[in-house]
Amino acid sequence: MGLLQSGWNLQVAAAMIPLQPPSASTISGGVDQLYYLLTGITLFFSVLIFSIIFYFMVKYRRRSPDEAAEQSHTNMFLELSWTIIPSLICVVLFVWASDLYVRNSRPPAASTEIFVIGKQWMWHIQHPEGPREINELHVPVGAPVKITMTSQDVIHDFYIPAFRVKKDVLPGRYTSLWFQPTQIGTYHLFCAQYCGADHSQMIGWVYVMAPADYAAWLASGEKTQSMVEQGSQLFTRLGCATCHVAEGNGRGPSLAGLYGKSEKLLTGETRVVDESLMRQAILSPNSILLPNYAPIMPTYKGQMDEEQLSELIAYLKSLAPQQVAQERTQK
Amino acid sequence: MSTAVADLHDAPAESRVNYLNASYGIRSWLLTTDHKRICLLYLAVITFNFFIGGTAAVLMRLNLIEPTGALVEPSTYNKLFSIHGIIMVFFFLVPSIPATLGNFLIPLMIGARDVAFPKLNLLSWYVFVVGSLFALVAVLSGGVDTGWTFYTPYSSTYSHGNVIAAALGVFIAGFSSILTGLNFIVTIHKMRAPGMTWFRLPLFIWAMYATSLIFVLGTPVIAITMFLLGLERIFHVGVFDPALGGDPLLFQHLFWFYSHPAVYIMILPGMGVVSELITAFSRKRIFGYSFVAFSSLAIAVISFIVWGHHMFVTGQSIYAGLVFSALSFLVAIPSAIKVFNWTATLYKGSISYEAPMLYALGFIGLFTMGGLTGLFLASLATDVHLNGTYFIVAHFHYIMVGGAVMAYLGGIHFWWPKISGRLYPDLWARFAALVVFVGFNLTFFPQFVLGYLGMPRRYAVYPSEFQVLNVMSSAGASILGVGYIIPLIYLIWSMRYGPPAGPNPWGAKGLEWITPSPPPTENFEEIPTVTEGAYNYPSSKAEHHG
Repeated sequence: MGLLQSGWNLQVAAAMIPLQPPSASTISGGVDQLYYLLTGITLFFSVLIFSIIFYFMVKYRRRSPDEAAEQSHTNMFLELSWTIIPSLICVVLFVWASDLYVRNSRPPAASTEIFVIGKQWMWHIQHPEGPREINELHVPVGAPVKITMTSQDVIHDFYIPAFRVKKDVLPGRYTSLWFQPTQIGTYHLFCAQYCGADHSQMIGWVYVMAPADYAAWLASGEKTQSMVEQGSQLFTRLGCATCHVAEGNGRGPSLAGLYGKSEKLLTGETRVVDESLMRQAILSPNSILLPNYAPIMPTYKGQMDEEQLSELIAYLKSLAPQQVAQERTQK
Repeated sequence: MSTAVADLHDAPAESRVNYLNASYGIRSWLLTTDHKRICLLYLAVITFNFFIGGTAAVLMRLNLIEPTGALVEPSTYNKLFSIHGIIMVFFFLVPSIPATLGNFLIPLMIGARDVAFPKLNLLSWYVFVVGSLFALVAVLSGGVDTGWTFYTPYSSTYSHGNVIAAALGVFIAGFSSILTGLNFIVTIHKMRAPGMTWFRLPLFIWAMYATSLIFVLGTPVIAITMFLLGLERIFHVGVFDPALGGDPLLFQHLFWFYSHPAVYIMILPGMGVVSELITAFSRKRIFGYSFVAFSSLAIAVISFIVWGHHMFVTGQSIYAGLVFSALSFLVAIPSAIKVFNWTATLYKGSISYEAPMLYALGFIGLFTMGGLTGLFLASLATDVHLNGTYFIVAHFHYIMVGGAVMAYLGGIHFWWPKISGRLYPDLWARFAALVVFVGFNLTFFPQFVLGYLGMPRRYAVYPSEFQVLNVMSSAGASILGVGYIIPLIYLIWSMRYGPPAGPNPWGAKGLEWITPSPPPTENFEEIPTVTEGAYNYPSSKAEHHG
């Protein structure tokens, strides 16, 4: 009876062992396929080598204490086979995995941009429409989302296992990842880079909602200004427009349509303007000087927090060339 | 009081002058320049370190029985895994085989009386002991909570732990590695007996040579890294912390530039040991000698250009990721070549299964698993999901514990009769080898699954759906712990009560087996002249060439 009982308990325990994480994004299926291929290769070679070893162990066991072995010499055919075949398998794996990785690294142009700040030990999340969340991330199913991230202190790592996405969150620069949820549900959000005492409690939930529910969720919160609106106010308050005249005849370069453009720096280096470059230009302007402009911009380091910086950048990114011109004429 | 020469060979070890009884007293040990005594000095210190690091691991596994943490506060748990990693990597695994078996065997295997610089060898030990003491002080005076990886800016600015003491320990111990590597390289080049050509060397020597290259070329980089870390932490010189104008990823580049090759410092000597064990217990010449030898050098060289695979998710450029991924696949090939050659060596052998052979076969199995799971991490797309999870923990423990520690224990069991002059109870030793194998797999196999499920490493508490697998892992750890304590008991027992071993209890080839056990202080009465290649075991049939 006791035995039966414990046998039953074992069965229950076995049923409680999960073997696969939920698969809930457009990325996760491809990653799982590669994972299963790798598992297959691992099983094949493990079983192959273990079987050969076991067979030799039994067949060639020593039968008398002074038994000698039958010596054999190096066989070039075998050496080449077990060099070339694993090499070919590695080439296939490299190409497969790299192709998938490159595709998984490129966010679709239409992605909603959500801004994340990691700090010991919480996730601060800011939606473009204005709502803010702590350790919770609400997203609609079926729409691509790009997460742009930075840290206020140490290195963190933003990890959603169900989506198979992960990226370090670094102080002093932006990193990003993207995903498109495919399944409505609630999923773990983990910090996957050790960050101090409560690292294991720097966790949260991702809520993937039907589009209508998501719209309702967005509308339900306190009315807040969008990130661009708040950034625009900062732009005015900090007096940026005194120099950065939209038409390009100010003491600083025009910022209209700057995002995504290639700029040639004073050093001769050409850089694409992205969030990180904008950040650098605001916090340490003298480190990226442009030809034809005097190094007169003061640093704004310490004058705004990460949140405000993200709003300002969201505003700068929103400045299409014609839009600025329109705003100017309206005023 | 017989002095007849005939009696000397049959006499028990005590009545013959050997390196153990040549002189007595603590001074004769602490001031010794005999490479064999220095091996035992290292053995004592690293065994102590191993059990400190092991105790931390046991406490961690106990804590993880409950999702909410069964034993300690998260901040204490963080100190436990940091101590475990720092002690096990820098103060056990890196010196394990090189400083003990390497020290003991290199002069014996190449037919020399000692290493090239015996005093430098003793200095290496003292430097290592001072490094270990700093690490120990860091543990006792409040602990370190940075993990063994010391990532900045956490370690340089935010951690309240005793980072400086631990980093200084690593810094100092590094000089011990450099001096040992230098000593071994010169010894292998200049001290070989007449006739001991490069291609007659036992493969253990090739492996130690490759390891020594990494010691000499890689270790200065970790010393620089720890120095810069100290500079930033003490004097706030901005190197790594962006708040001070530094670059947080620079640390990881420097750290892994050493620490990835360091993985091969841990596994290459193990591969050397396994080549010796497989040949001895199957009475076979190694299959593909030059392939096994050169694959060691290939691994040592390639190991220096794969460090970026630790950083695929840090935001390094896609192109850097592609290059490091390709190079990481490349380093898999020489490892595969070794596994296939060991397996082929068993073919038509005369195989017996004493304890060292069980460890060697266990090594091949676990190293194969560890190597193949490395492919998941060299593959960019799967690494994104698995990086930083328990999958990584499982993978590198299969290499470092399933591989390096199994080989270390196999080597200790194989050469113990030579080192101590005594035999240990073989039945107990075989039993312990099985316990280690079973305990190891139960501990670490569930962690592959945990990692795929998404459980991050270094979590003191965790979501409850991961509990069953964690309990399995903790159960395995307790079995593994028993498996490590049993050999400690019977090996110490054998030093006093074991029957005398005789010069060559295994019937193995190699110069170390032609001299008495324990060897005399000068190793060989007369320096031997070598006339044959390594592993020249007799053949049962006329040799067929193919």
